[in-house]
Amino acid sequence: MSASAAGRPILRITGAGGGATLQDRGRYGAMRYGITPAGPMDPLAHATANRVLGNPLGATAVEVGLGGLAVAVEGASLDVALAGGAFRIDCDGRPLPPACALTLRPGMVLSIRAGQTGAWCYLAVGGRIDVPAVLGSTATHTRSRLGGLDGRALAAGDGLAVVEPRARLGEPASLGAPWMDRPPGTIRVVLGPQDDFFAPSEIAAFLDRDWTVTARGDRMACFLDGAPLVHACGHDIVSDGVAAGAIQVPGQGLPIVLMADRQPTGGYPKIATVIGPDLGRLAQGQAGTRLRFRAVTLAEALEARRVEAAALEPDIALEPVVRTDFTSEFLLGRNLIDGVVG
Amino acid sequence: MKAPDPEPADRPRFLDAGEAALVVEFGAAVDPAINDRVLALDAALGADPPLGLAETVPTYRSLMIHYDPLVLSRAALVAAVEGRLAERGAARGAGRLWTIPCCYDPALAEDIAEAASLAGLAVADAAAFHAGALYRVYMYGFAPGFAYLGGLPEALALPRRSSPRAPHPPGAVMIGGGLAAIGTMPMPTGWYVLGRTPERLFAPERDPAFLIESGDTLRFEPVSADTFAGLERRAASGEVVAGRAA
Repeated sequence: MSASAAGRPILRITGAGGGATLQDRGRYGAMRYGITPAGPMDPLAHATANRVLGNPLGATAVEVGLGGLAVAVEGASLDVALAGGAFRIDCDGRPLPPACALTLRPGMVLSIRAGQTGAWCYLAVGGRIDVPAVLGSTATHTRSRLGGLDGRALAAGDGLAVVEPRARLGEPASLGAPWMDRPPGTIRVVLGPQDDFFAPSEIAAFLDRDWTVTARGDRMACFLDGAPLVHACGHDIVSDGVAAGAIQVPGQGLPIVLMADRQPTGGYPKIATVIGPDLGRLAQGQAGTRLRFRAVTLAEALEARRVEAAALEPDIALEPVVRTDFTSEFLLGRNLIDGVVG
Repeated sequence: MKAPDPEPADRPRFLDAGEAALVVEFGAAVDPAINDRVLALDAALGADPPLGLAETVPTYRSLMIHYDPLVLSRAALVAAVEGRLAERGAARGAGRLWTIPCCYDPALAEDIAEAASLAGLAVADAAAFHAGALYRVYMYGFAPGFAYLGGLPEALALPRRSSPRAPHPPGAVMIGGGLAAIGTMPMPTGWYVLGRTPERLFAPERDPAFLIESGDTLRFEPVSADTFAGLERRAASGEVVAGRAA
C-alpha cells in the first residue's frame, strides 16, 4: 500500500436526493439462483466515466438518479469524472459541462442535479472505491439488499474510502465523448422471444406507434404508455429466462421494458428485446419522453455493439473548460431551468 | 397464427432474446420430462462451455443462454447446443436428495389455517400431505434463492391469491398455483405460507451461498417450534441444517 492512511481520500456524500447507488458492471454468474445482475442503467456512460480515469471499464462508480447528489473529498485530493445525461454539474458554484473530469480537492463541493434531459449520471473516481464484493460484484440491488453499502442507496453522511487514489487531472475539463450526446428517438429491438404470441398486425402496431416513458419507472423496469397491444393467444406463459431489455406485454397490453434490476426469470410474453447498445439510451429517457421501436436483424445489433466497443478504445480527449466551451444545448438547459445563465 | 406447441418436440426451438441471449425451448408446460431435457443441456454446456458463453439460466421448460455475441456467434452457439444434445440425449445425472426441516406450527406457518380451510382439510392433514410428498426443484427465480418446487399433492393445489399478502417471513415454505416454493428474504407474495424452514437456501456469506441445485429432490421433515428455534440459531451461525443424501 503506497497511500498512507492519512493520504487516503474519503469521498463523502454531503447531500443525497435518493436513488444514488454504487454500481460496478453487474453481478453475473448467479442468475440461475434468482440473483438479479443489477449494474449500471446506462453501461456506456458508466464505462465512459471509468475510461477517462484509466479504471477498468466495469469498475465501481456512483450512479446518480434524478434525485441528485452532492459530494466532497476528505483527507486527500481525488480525480473524478462524470458522464451520463445532461445533468447540471456544479463545483463550488461554478457550472461544468455534464460530461467532465477534474481533481476534487478537500473543501470543494461537487453537486450533481437533474437537468432537462437524461435520468442517470455516473461519478467515477481515480482509484478503487473500497466496498466488499458480494457474489463477485459490488453492484447494489436494493430490492434484495445486496452489494454497495449494505445493499442500500447512498445517503448524506456516507463515506467511501478510495484505495490506490490518483489526483493528476487538475482543473475541470470536458470529455471528448460525443457518443454521450444521444437523443432517445428510435430504439432498436430484436423481435422475440415470444413474438408468436402476437398477430402480425399487432407487431406492426408495436413498431408503428409512439410510446411515452411514464413516471412509474425505476431501475427494474421502464413502463410505457400508448395504445394497448392485444395478445393473440393469452398473456400467461410458463416462466422462462428474462434478458436485459426484454419488452414484456402483460394483460393490459402496455409494454414494460425490463432493465438492470429485472428478475432473471418471468412469466409474461416478451414481444421484443431492446438491443444492448440502445438500452442505456432508453434508460436516459425522463418521464414524458416519446420514442418508437425499430426492428433490426442480429447483424445490425452486432454492428451497433462493435461501434460502441470501438468508441471506448482510444483515450478520451480532455478539453479545458472555459465558458465559451459550453454547448448551446447546455446553455439552453441552464437558461430554461435557472432563468439566468450563471 | 397459432399458439406455441405445448408438446415437447424432439428438436427444441431456438428463440432470440436480443443479440446476447438465446432461449432453447423444449416445451411450454411445467413437466418433469421437459425439465429433464433443460437440465441435461445445462449440465452438458456447463461441463464444456463454448468460449463466449456467459451464463445459463434453467427454467421449467427452457434454457436461457447469455453469451457475448462479439466472441461467440449465434450460429456457433446453436451448433454447440445441437452437438451437446446429440451426444447426451435427454439423460441427466440424478439430482441430490435433501431433507428440509419445516415447522408447521401455526405460530410460524402463518397461512396454514387459511390454506387448509380453502382446501377443505384439517390443519394437521394439510401439514401431513405437504410433508408426505417428494418435490423436484424446477428452477429459481423471483428473488435470490427463491426455489420453485413441483410435486405438491393435488389436495393442496390452490390458486394463488388474487392480491399479494404482506411480505412472507424468511424461510417461508409456501404453496400456490399447484406448486410449492421456499422463500428466502421477505417479499410480498400471492402464495400461502404453509410452514417455515430454519435452513437458508441463500446465505451470501456462507460457502456455498446456494445449497440446492435445480433438479435436486426435496422432502420436508416436520419439526416442533422448539426444534425450529434451535436449528435456526445453528443456521444463523453458518451451519447447514438440512440433511443431504446421494
